[in-house]
Amino acid sequence: MSPETPAGNVWPIWEVFVRSSRGLSHVHAGSLHAPDAAMALRNARDLYTRRNEGVSIWVVPAEAIASSDPDAKGSFFESPQGKDYRHATYYTKSEGVKHL
Amino acid sequence: MASQTLQSVPAELSPEQLAEAARHEAEGQAYFDRVMADDSRIEPRDWMPPAYRKTLIRQVSQHAHSEIIGMQPEANWISRAPSLKRKAILMAKVQDEAGHGLYLYSAAETLGQPRDQMMQDLMDGKAKYSSIFNYPARTWADMGAIGWMVDGAAIANQVPLCRASFGPYGRAMVRVCKEESFHQRQGFEILLELSHGTPEQKQMAQEAVNRWYAPALMMFGPPDDDSPNSKQSMAWNIKRFSNDELRNRFVGMMMEQVKVLELTLPDKDIRFNEETKKWEHGPLDWDEFHEVLKGRGPCNAQRLERRREAHENGTWVREAAAAYARKQAEKESAA
Amino acid sequence: MSTSPETTTETHDGGHGDISVGVATAGTSGDATASATRITPGNALRPEDIALAVSRGAAKPTEDAAELALRLGDDALILAQRLGHWISRAPELEEDIALGNIALDQLGHARSFLSYAGGLNGKSEDDLAYFRDEDEFRSIELFEQPNGDFAVTIARQFVVSYYQFELYRRLTESTDATLAGIAAKAVKEVDYHRDHSTQWVLRLALGTDESRAKMIHGFNVIWPYVDELFRDDELTARLAAAGAAVEPSSLRADFDRLTGEVLAEALLDIPQVPAALGGGRQGRHSEHLGFMVAEMQVLARQFPGASW
Repeated sequence: MSPETPAGNVWPIWEVFVRSSRGLSHVHAGSLHAPDAAMALRNARDLYTRRNEGVSIWVVPAEAIASSDPDAKGSFFESPQGKDYRHATYYTKSEGVKHL
Repeated sequence: MASQTLQSVPAELSPEQLAEAARHEAEGQAYFDRVMADDSRIEPRDWMPPAYRKTLIRQVSQHAHSEIIGMQPEANWISRAPSLKRKAILMAKVQDEAGHGLYLYSAAETLGQPRDQMMQDLMDGKAKYSSIFNYPARTWADMGAIGWMVDGAAIANQVPLCRASFGPYGRAMVRVCKEESFHQRQGFEILLELSHGTPEQKQMAQEAVNRWYAPALMMFGPPDDDSPNSKQSMAWNIKRFSNDELRNRFVGMMMEQVKVLELTLPDKDIRFNEETKKWEHGPLDWDEFHEVLKGRGPCNAQRLERRREAHENGTWVREAAAAYARKQAEKESAA
Repeated sequence: MSTSPETTTETHDGGHGDISVGVATAGTSGDATASATRITPGNALRPEDIALAVSRGAAKPTEDAAELALRLGDDALILAQRLGHWISRAPELEEDIALGNIALDQLGHARSFLSYAGGLNGKSEDDLAYFRDEDEFRSIELFEQPNGDFAVTIARQFVVSYYQFELYRRLTESTDATLAGIAAKAVKEVDYHRDHSTQWVLRLALGTDESRAKMIHGFNVIWPYVDELFRDDELTARLAAAGAAVEPSSLRADFDRLTGEVLAEALLDIPQVPAALGGGRQGRHSEHLGFMVAEMQVLARQFPGASW
């Protein structure tokens, strides 16, 4: 995956995700500019893991990220609210029963 | 607020579209107000008042510029650091400042302002940065005073900014504050070594503290009664404490720490006001502050020229990397 | 070099984050919390650990090993001094940080080597760095070559890191445990320097006409100093016989092959330029080193014996 490289000397933005240790997910750390994926990875290594913060890095062209519509917060995220029965705490009668 | 809301609606829309846009803005404003009332966070794609966006772009980019220009007075001593350990620490610190500039430019970019534009504004002298970096770092002891006082003041300023209402700014600040804790300590320890060294070393330390004291206090910005933007920034949960509040708190911290250093602060009027339970300091030369801010400080021209030089010398490199990326992408799509 | 976003970069263990670790302890004998037992190949070895091991008598170089450590320490120190100049002047902010990391790595290696070298006669890294004169430095001329433009710096870094990689890779098997330990830490870092400079050689050589011309010029400027890296002498012969190090000439084939591959990919010819006479290992330097040493030492020499 490579972003549209703009003409001239301006490098595109990349989002950086860092795995802090084995077994954990990659977490968004921030962004940076780089001419291509290879350099984005290296810049990310230099910028976001100077203090031993990670064991693995992903970089993604910022423009490749699709995100939910902030104006549609209600319709997009309302539905799960009120569905308490999806959570263990809903089931009070079985409280105190071991290994359940 | 109402006038700003109208301003952002283009004029050539039909009445229906206009009504729709107005409703959208009203909803956005209501949501924004709720976020502020709940002390929650605004994220880049949320609706926000144009003035809020503008204020943040200005503040975050100024903050980023300060990090980048702030590299220079310290980079000035990397080659002459008096021990290899100090050389390593200083190099790591100046390098961190480039990193902090990058975190902050990233935060500002989420508001829709491209980094190269911000950089151009800086080089054109259109953007401001912290005035203190327009003072020269004359001796090695300045590395101590900058770390202890300048970074100390920066941290006092930045810790509350970790809770700034704009998410990306707050997150950048969290990262910066974590990394900067070593910056202040290494500065303090440089001064500690000097003040316990030879008489000449101690004098060097005292002179540096004397020179950086007032500019460090002025880093918190003008007095509250002369800071027109502060009130709005506090209403927007960007700023959490007033300039004077932070400055007074900082003076108190320095008064304690300077004792450990066995040095003095060049201000006879520092005292703890038992009534207000606040620290107070002597008068500061705000005329000089405004002069330096306007570009008439000792190093303004030098700092900007150095930044321009680096940027211009790098143009062909950035072009080369962009051209290479284009060629590789073409090759890949052809294959 | 894969360019997929899934490419993972394993980072070095502790190399870059440890810079502030030794701050709490003043003086030259290293960090009181440092443990001499950490000198094992593969551990993240800090200069403070070496200094401590030396001061406790746990590590003491032979005369020959000390001389080698001095040579390699001086190489790294002089290069770090050059690279440090780029911080705040790089072509892009991201590159300020990249070059800063390389400079810090090199400075770390220098401190370790010099701390060990000083163990021969009770000198600290700072005694050696700040209180020797120009002709007492043992660095090869390549390392003191001026930064020039970015392409010259990259050409120098490219040559240095391929050389240092081959050197340190073999030094990890040294019969001298301290040299092996320092090399084991350094080789991983230098491996990254190879990658960094390779990436830039490719981009500059194959980017624009202007950058290609500058890259070619950069290699032409740097190449005269390549031969000196691989010259054997009596010291290296004795060290090789003792199994403490290999002869520099034995690194040449791998260096030529690996740099040749990159240069070929970059469509660059190996510069046909006469080799410089050299003499850095004997203290005969180019005109550049005197200025560098003077600048580096000026403050320390104003306050001899002072603590910082």
